[in-house]
Amino acid sequence: MSDLLASQILIGLINGSFYALLSLGMAIIFGLLNVINFAHGAFYMMGAFLAWILLQRFGLAYWAALVVSPILAGALGILVERALLKRLYQLDHIYGWLVTFGLAMMIESAFRYFYGVSGKPYAPPPALRGGFELGFMFLPTYRGWVIVASAVLCLAVWGVIDRTKLGAYLRAMVENPELVQAFGVNVPRMLTLTYGLSVGLAALAGVLAAPIYQVTPLMGSQIIVVVFAVVVIGGLGSIFGTVVTGFGLGLVEGLTKAVYPQGANLVIFVVMAIVLLTTPAGLFGKR
Amino acid sequence: MRLAPAAVAVVAAAALVAAPFWIYPVFLTQVLCFALFASAFNLLFGYAGLLSFGHAAFFGSGAYATALVMKSAYASPLLAILAGGGAGALLGALIGGFAIRRQGVYLAMITLAFAEVVYFVALQSPFTGGEDGLQGVPSGTLLGLVDLEDPVAMYFFTLAVYLGGLAMIWRAVRSPFGHVLRAIRENEPRAVSLGYAVQRYKLLAFVLSGGLSGIAGGLKTVAFHFAALSDVYWQTSGDVILMTLLGGAGTLAGPTVGALLVITISDSLAFIGEWVKFILGAVFIACILLFRRGIVGELVMPRLVRSKRSARPSGARRFEQTDSVR
Repeated sequence: MSDLLASQILIGLINGSFYALLSLGMAIIFGLLNVINFAHGAFYMMGAFLAWILLQRFGLAYWAALVVSPILAGALGILVERALLKRLYQLDHIYGWLVTFGLAMMIESAFRYFYGVSGKPYAPPPALRGGFELGFMFLPTYRGWVIVASAVLCLAVWGVIDRTKLGAYLRAMVENPELVQAFGVNVPRMLTLTYGLSVGLAALAGVLAAPIYQVTPLMGSQIIVVVFAVVVIGGLGSIFGTVVTGFGLGLVEGLTKAVYPQGANLVIFVVMAIVLLTTPAGLFGKR
Repeated sequence: MRLAPAAVAVVAAAALVAAPFWIYPVFLTQVLCFALFASAFNLLFGYAGLLSFGHAAFFGSGAYATALVMKSAYASPLLAILAGGGAGALLGALIGGFAIRRQGVYLAMITLAFAEVVYFVALQSPFTGGEDGLQGVPSGTLLGLVDLEDPVAMYFFTLAVYLGGLAMIWRAVRSPFGHVLRAIRENEPRAVSLGYAVQRYKLLAFVLSGGLSGIAGGLKTVAFHFAALSDVYWQTSGDVILMTLLGGAGTLAGPTVGALLVITISDSLAFIGEWVKFILGAVFIACILLFRRGIVGELVMPRLVRSKRSARPSGARRFEQTDSVR
């Protein structure tokens, strides 16, 4: 019984890692660009698929994919921002959402056309195969790596935004972009880079996810709705809050799976309902 | 000025009556079901300015409720579709009640998330048929008189319900209630300061929109003999947004035009398979970047703006301008 519990907690933490990485990027994009990036799930899926394609077609190993795949997706993100999103900054938020929704449809259908909907297995790299016997449970090395890697990534992003000069510019841009521009910062370029980097982060999460889940064109739309719920629960106000909420909800989901499997799909939405009834602005949100 | 819309209405009515003798009636029935669905969505999005990304929940629950009634001992199409409308309205009250606690994109996210709950319920409950949905639903006979298995009869039944729904929306939009909805869309704090209980208006809009969406879902079930899991899937919510935007949000005819276009595109391009979604996604983006008011909106708007400008005293315009700065 406790074995089951421990392994479900592990799965919860893994899911939570991806929720955290994706909602983190979404929070940053929303804060700076005023766009709810519905295509975030599609870029995550794209990251996983690029890793698979790089391995199948070009024999590029996992470690190379971890770098190349986010760069490719990020480059596409930069193109998207230049061509589409920059026209929307003056408009209501919902238009950004709808445009990225259309974009997600296009990306997903393109992958479905070329690769079908069946899952593609992607083996973890040799160095991360096997696992450790912890006494109370067996920890596959790759799963441990994912949790550590995403925690480090989240911490790094938080550090850049909270502790560096670049981060100070970004935070200032959230408050008053005109003023930042007046100080000689190239705001449009910063926005483009922010979108590119956040998309790259989503793709990186996708590469990390590839050996755990099957790689399929549907994996983006499957996760995006949960990420939205995470964002509603956490409130888009704080980076730290988003990350904590992401990991926490993954954990809650895992625990529910151990106790009442049928409820695991729903529990996050139940939490969302409770949060909305008690603190409508979200756990870490600003009014 | 009054003549033109009346003439358009007469021509449209004649076309709707003559259509099934020229065009495949099953296709037209499908268009009308989705036209009603999109019109119901438009009541909320186009007039009240509330973007729901979970309208599939209302449509789908209507479809399932209707299927359950039609498969029971009380199989009457009218009763079943009313049950569908009831299910949609009930969910509209429930989901809407949560959603209106937040605004803008958060409201959209909440509707999306709760629609996902409805999807999982439809997937996992014992009475909804899981992945298969509910199939083999009979169309029944209308009031014991008209056999709805006949496609032309089904078309005219659908047309009647569609026109009834549209009349209701038309009535609601032109009533004081509709004007308050528009006030909420344009400037919610001002509507609040004028003493309107905006939350109540928003909730009522959700219930109406949900109920009509449920009726549309029920019609679809009766006409096509099944309630599918895809009816509650969020892709359907996306489709209805596309139809409404493409045709023209905030116009009465827009959603119908949009539904006709989207279904025509999907049907006539079905042979290219997955690329249909690709094209629809591109149409979505083009619509938002190039003509946000939609096809009908772009046709009607310039004239409307001109007539408003001449009709309104200059003082009122200035007030409006200062208002829109923030």
